[in-house]
Amino acid sequence: MSSPAIPKSPELSDKNRKYDRQIRLWGEQGQTLLEAAQVCLINVNAIGTEVLKGIVLPGIGGFTIVDAGIVTEEDIGCNFFLDQSSLGLSRAKAAMQLLQELNPDVRGDYVDESVEYLLQNNPDFFRTFNVVVASSIKETTIIALSEKLWQLEVPFIFCRSVGFIATARIQVKEHCIVESHPDDKLKDLRLHHPFPSLKEHLESSDVTSKVPWLCVVYKFLQKWRGSDESKVPTTHKEKLELKKLIHSGMTKDEENFEEAVVALNSCFSGGRPTKELLEILEDRSCNNLTKESKLFWILVRSLNDFLNVDSDGWLPVPGVLPDMTAETAHYINLQNIYRSQANQDASLVYNHAQNHLRSLNLSSDLITESDVKLFCREAATISLLRGTKIADEYEKCLSPHTIASELEMPNSLMEYYIVLRAFDRFQSEHGGVPGECHVEADTARIKSIANRLLSDWGVTHPFSDELAHEICRYGGTEIHSVSAFMGGCVAHEVIKLITQQYKPINNTVIYSAITSSTATYRM
Amino acid sequence: MESQQNDHLSKKWIHLRRILERPGPFCSPSFVASEQHLEFLMKTCKILVIGAGGLGCELLKDLAYLGFRDIHVIDMDTIDLSNLNRQFLFRRKDIGSSKAQCAAEFINKRVPGCVVTPHFCKIQDYDESFYRDFHIVVCGLDSVVARRWINGMILSLLVFDEEGSLDQSSLIPIIDGGTEGFRGNARVILPSITACIECNLDLYPPQVTYPLCTIATTPRLPEHCIEYVKIIQWEKENPFGVALDGDDPQHLSWVYERAQDRANHFRITGLTYRLVQGVLKNIIPAVASTNAVIASVCATEVFKIATSCYESLNNYMMFNDVDGIYTYHYESERKTDCLACSNVSRPVIIDDPNSMTLENLITYLCENAQFQMKNPGLTANINGKNKTLYMSAVPCIEERTRPNLTLSLVELGLVDGHEIMVADQTSPNTITIQLKFAIHDSEME
Repeated sequence: MSSPAIPKSPELSDKNRKYDRQIRLWGEQGQTLLEAAQVCLINVNAIGTEVLKGIVLPGIGGFTIVDAGIVTEEDIGCNFFLDQSSLGLSRAKAAMQLLQELNPDVRGDYVDESVEYLLQNNPDFFRTFNVVVASSIKETTIIALSEKLWQLEVPFIFCRSVGFIATARIQVKEHCIVESHPDDKLKDLRLHHPFPSLKEHLESSDVTSKVPWLCVVYKFLQKWRGSDESKVPTTHKEKLELKKLIHSGMTKDEENFEEAVVALNSCFSGGRPTKELLEILEDRSCNNLTKESKLFWILVRSLNDFLNVDSDGWLPVPGVLPDMTAETAHYINLQNIYRSQANQDASLVYNHAQNHLRSLNLSSDLITESDVKLFCREAATISLLRGTKIADEYEKCLSPHTIASELEMPNSLMEYYIVLRAFDRFQSEHGGVPGECHVEADTARIKSIANRLLSDWGVTHPFSDELAHEICRYGGTEIHSVSAFMGGCVAHEVIKLITQQYKPINNTVIYSAITSSTATYRM
Repeated sequence: MESQQNDHLSKKWIHLRRILERPGPFCSPSFVASEQHLEFLMKTCKILVIGAGGLGCELLKDLAYLGFRDIHVIDMDTIDLSNLNRQFLFRRKDIGSSKAQCAAEFINKRVPGCVVTPHFCKIQDYDESFYRDFHIVVCGLDSVVARRWINGMILSLLVFDEEGSLDQSSLIPIIDGGTEGFRGNARVILPSITACIECNLDLYPPQVTYPLCTIATTPRLPEHCIEYVKIIQWEKENPFGVALDGDDPQHLSWVYERAQDRANHFRITGLTYRLVQGVLKNIIPAVASTNAVIASVCATEVFKIATSCYESLNNYMMFNDVDGIYTYHYESERKTDCLACSNVSRPVIIDDPNSMTLENLITYLCENAQFQMKNPGLTANINGKNKTLYMSAVPCIEERTRPNLTLSLVELGLVDGHEIMVADQTSPNTITIQLKFAIHDSEME
């Protein structure tokens, strides 16, 4: 009655309600990207179908399974997506059907051919995918597939699960992230470098129990500074002095004063590019924009222009004010000051972006104001990943020093990496799977292969008898729960690559279910 | 048809047989490779899965493929549309049905030989005679209260002989998993031997609440406006003549519109329908991948304990895949004065027994991180007689004992060192606290 202009409740759509619990994490933007994406799985085993399960449920656009095999008893014993009735049928088709059944929004497809056949006869088959996931492939195929996908610039995840060990390796040429969602995001409130409207507001506010703690800190900061107007408390001693000063100004237990004291530890941070961001700003892709440049790079370049031309090196104000005890009007006023500065900064960045689009002869609507606002809000924590090629890792060994130094550490999972490389090589050299029939004989073979690999890489470290024995005892079997662990992890890595949010692993993760531990290495 | 009798020797189970029938260098010292392990899993071992939600669905699948065949699952919930993005044993046609029943039916059909028995009820509906029958209990819960109750129940099943040593056959290991967004944890609890749920209660931070004065007079966030409508305006206007139900779209719309009014009035921006839902129902974001990861760790630990093929996790593991993939494990320690797994009464320091009322004490038991109780009932022995000080669960007792709330501890006849028995929904057992009156400065002089 009092407010005739109430917007009617926007009842959420059915899809929105179904995916509610994840949209709260990656937003509608992320969901839209996910629903437009196509993923290819090469070879059906438990780890592969568990990866697909983890992306079909949240609503990937579509998936295609490539596998030339037929379903065996062993497959059924550890794969939830192959049932008794599929025995003897096409593995690709059977798995596709049971996976598709998880979510009618998702389109499933399959190809009854081997990956080797496709690489030979239809190599551009892989071009249409946003991510390709493979497991149970031969060493030579890993290398060929890695080369092809690197050339097509399609991200590739190679994963495997053997006994109580599982790994995943991401190959991505270049991956750009605007929303990295860091756990420990620094507050950027510019207290140490207030922009004019903030400075004016802080200086004109009376400090009472009703104002946000920012005003309290600023007033006592001015007092503490004395004549040196740019001084900022950095050491513990200086912060203690300021803390004492604030305490001395308290008359009763004003909550905003208490909050001011607590905030002292972190409120003078942020605003300047970090080392990681500087590297991105200095990147060749930022300085040499072309018509083919990703929009990310045009935005980075525009940010760089802003830093050089408009702001003397200070990042755009993010415009996000955390909650602080205060009277409503005081808080909202302050919030609006931050927001309007953020809008001003973003519009300068937007102008730079439009200039670049124009000079590159690109359409002006490729970059919208809201794209720029989001980019500016996240500017401090944008991230770039430049990966290495699996083919190079296999043929040249890119990281002998990492391997050598890791092997010096007790209980390092690097040994698991080596044993799995030996496992691949064994299959190339001997045809079968180590330990399928003769554990003892194969243990000796695995050990000698592992030692040969190490010496090829110039690493002098004797390989462990025990791990060689352990891998052979598995005889190449897959344990469902171990595959479910890595399948879940890889599913989320796929989602990271597609939504361009959160940081993927760089670039190899190893899981030991024996000790319930993981390690990440850059290989 | 394969013979059920010798199923553990089937080719289909080659994966598990390799692990269990071949000796290995990393196996736990007590492990002897043999066919008997898989036979035990298939014919004897009885597992209880608590919760058939995000973790529960994954646990049932993982356990079925690890060779377990006698699995019970208990869950009081029914299926909602918003479950379908991760609870993969349910389909749209199942909305409104029992989670436990649907999940059991699906697994039994997909994995021939596996028998999942559903229990569509609360964990509190069963007593010792039900829980005693299981070899291992796995929890996939989103409620701390339910975890604490199960923890208390399993602890109450322990049998000690006269010298105080544990009868090993009475020990039921608990494997507990939890997830929130891209974070999760898994832990192994050997009751009375390693840290229990109650030993590390401070790991579960109390729910976020906003001060009433902020909500009522100085709102700044859209959440404050929603809380105002939920706590104050609904009570006052009671638009539908019933309690607020976060699942009723009419209720949600009403709250959304009133909260929007209030936000407009205070010039607060950012109020959305999704936020209203989130605040009213205390929604925790959830994705399929994290549930898959945490459930797999829990199931693997069940397998390790049931077969002793490897040493089990000691005893707490954390997982986070926001930035790369990160895990960490450590041994969380038993609390020597744990309310649940030690027999020591927990001291409660009372600053001034003359001014502290019974109501103050109850508030303390609810708000203190070590207790986090919900609606404790208090009994004490006063002058040789057992006396109920307060109990809210039974209306007539509540009415009779209500006047005690405003009395001070001294007025109630409680003295320094007095033991009070406290019953609460967070545990099936009564716990004992001991009052310790602080010595006043004046008395020390």
